[in-house]
Amino acid sequence: MEFLSQVINGLGIGSIYALVALGYSMVYGIVQLINFAHGDIIMVGAYAVFVILVMMNLPLWLAVLGSILFCGIAGVVIERVAYHRLLVHDAPRISLLITAIGVSIFLQNLYQLLFGSDPKSMPKMFTFAPLQLGGIQLTSSTIINISVSVVMMAGLQLLVSKMKIGKAMRATSEDAGAAKLMGINTNTTIAFTFGIGSALAAVGAVLYCNTYPQIKPVMGGLLGLKAFVAAVLGGIGSIPGAMLGGYLLGVAESMTNAYISSNLTDAVVFGILIIVLLVKPTGLLGKNTREKV
Amino acid sequence: MPGISKKKILSYVVNLAIVLLLYVVISTLISRRIINSYYSDIINMMLINIILAVSLNLVTGLLGQLVLGHAGFMLVGAYAAALFTLNVKLPLTVSFPIALIIGGLAAALSGLIIGVPALRLRGDYLAIITLGFGEIIRVIANNLTITNGAKGLYGIESLNSRHNLTGMFTYIFFIAVFVIFLNFTFGTSRHGRAVIAIREDEIAAEASGINTTYYKLLAFILAAFIAGVAGGLYAHQIGLIDPSKFDFNRSTEILVMVVLGGMGSITGSIISAGVLTILPEALRGFSNYRMLLYSIVLICVMLFRPTGLLGRSEFSLMGTIEKIRNAVGGKKKKTAAKKEG
Repeated sequence: MEFLSQVINGLGIGSIYALVALGYSMVYGIVQLINFAHGDIIMVGAYAVFVILVMMNLPLWLAVLGSILFCGIAGVVIERVAYHRLLVHDAPRISLLITAIGVSIFLQNLYQLLFGSDPKSMPKMFTFAPLQLGGIQLTSSTIINISVSVVMMAGLQLLVSKMKIGKAMRATSEDAGAAKLMGINTNTTIAFTFGIGSALAAVGAVLYCNTYPQIKPVMGGLLGLKAFVAAVLGGIGSIPGAMLGGYLLGVAESMTNAYISSNLTDAVVFGILIIVLLVKPTGLLGKNTREKV
Repeated sequence: MPGISKKKILSYVVNLAIVLLLYVVISTLISRRIINSYYSDIINMMLINIILAVSLNLVTGLLGQLVLGHAGFMLVGAYAAALFTLNVKLPLTVSFPIALIIGGLAAALSGLIIGVPALRLRGDYLAIITLGFGEIIRVIANNLTITNGAKGLYGIESLNSRHNLTGMFTYIFFIAVFVIFLNFTFGTSRHGRAVIAIREDEIAAEASGINTTYYKLLAFILAAFIAGVAGGLYAHQIGLIDPSKFDFNRSTEILVMVVLGGMGSITGSIISAGVLTILPEALRGFSNYRMLLYSIVLICVMLFRPTGLLGRSEFSLMGTIEKIRNAVGGKKKKTAAKKEG
């Protein structure tokens, strides 16, 4: 029972990683960029919730919606301002990566200036009595995290496989040049991908605020790295992979916390990453691409 | 055997003279206390960063592989060197150079351990593995008793004393010069050309008979060794080390120096490492805004000069003099005196 409840706890935390990992995965799939600023988008989303809910005292649904909208727009703006020029000019990918690191430093320091570097405490947002399920206690945040992440993934899968913009996204990630020839506006598609990814990060941020009591400007750093690990673990570029990676990571983390030592959590997380990459370099659900001469 | 041209000898002599002159001038200024300890510490940190940037340039610039865990090698070197001087009862003048070598070897060993499996992977996956390695090393250092956990090691002696203000500077300066020299000669050597060939096209390089695994590993381990030595210097320069000093942000800081200067350009790395060490100190007056400014500068340089400030070209004194001589009209001589040619 103890074991099972640890697994479920892990799934709850993994849901947050999974949502953030989706953004990493989609952006990587379409422009091959490890978007290091993505972790900080969670922070932006969390502060948006804080501003609307606590500082302005507005209702919860407005805070959630506002945060998602704000992050989505922020994602598009960041893409336009910081990455667009490099993408259009086909700059070396490492320049893109450094720009992403620059954006990350910028966001962290901007929010430190705006809100101060001390942590802000968040009120509980969605609370109801814990559910008893055959001896296992499910807290409200765990239930919400898991169900929201599953719904989000299903929605995203639907968008990518069925809707026109989703098809454009897949085409662009397959071959941007050919997609352009087919009349797809790749620039809009890329911007849209950034927007969707950031909006998902905002959903992750809402879940984060609901699970943990505090937010601070540097919270995105390690959270982002771990979500990125989740994306790689599941196979970068694959939506179910990102979810799987997120859940696995969450479970591994809660297992280490419970049975080994909470100090070693990060080492275990990155250790799993290294082992998976060495055994199956493209991740668990990633496609194997052969390099042609 | 091709002889060394007269021009090359002249360039070596000139550069050596400039390096020695630079050393004499700065060390005199430090020992006369014209440069106070605050500024001499900044100079030392700048040189350590130059060593780190140049060593990363070996892998990222020459070999073309992205490494996101360079601070991990630095950590290994720093801890190995510091533990040696803390536990071995020898006079520091004797134990310090040994400690640096031990630090370098320890880092090289960790480079070998991570490099053998990781270098089978390419591009971003290699970057991610090195990132994971850097984080794991940090967590391990945080949890071992020998490394004193999160509190870290303190009381690491510095070569500087009240009578000898330039002890650290001398070491750091000449190691930096040696590392830079090594990189220049490596880049034009047979081994270096093989490494560059792998960067340009791995499959073609392999097809031309280059043992790609060997050369990739060689560049990787060499960079790790130098980073370890730099870690040892760093530990003795600041006197206390803890794992948080070698986190992911430190790795990106070094990477930024390399990319900003121009990947593959050693002089570019030197210039940007120097500027990026001084910049935050110079902006201390605007302490709240300095990191904001730093990130904006970073983004703008990347946007308008994606290949870095120098691209792949090198700044050379002789070349510049030549250019100035050839240029029509009395253009003023460029002031920056650089040690490379």
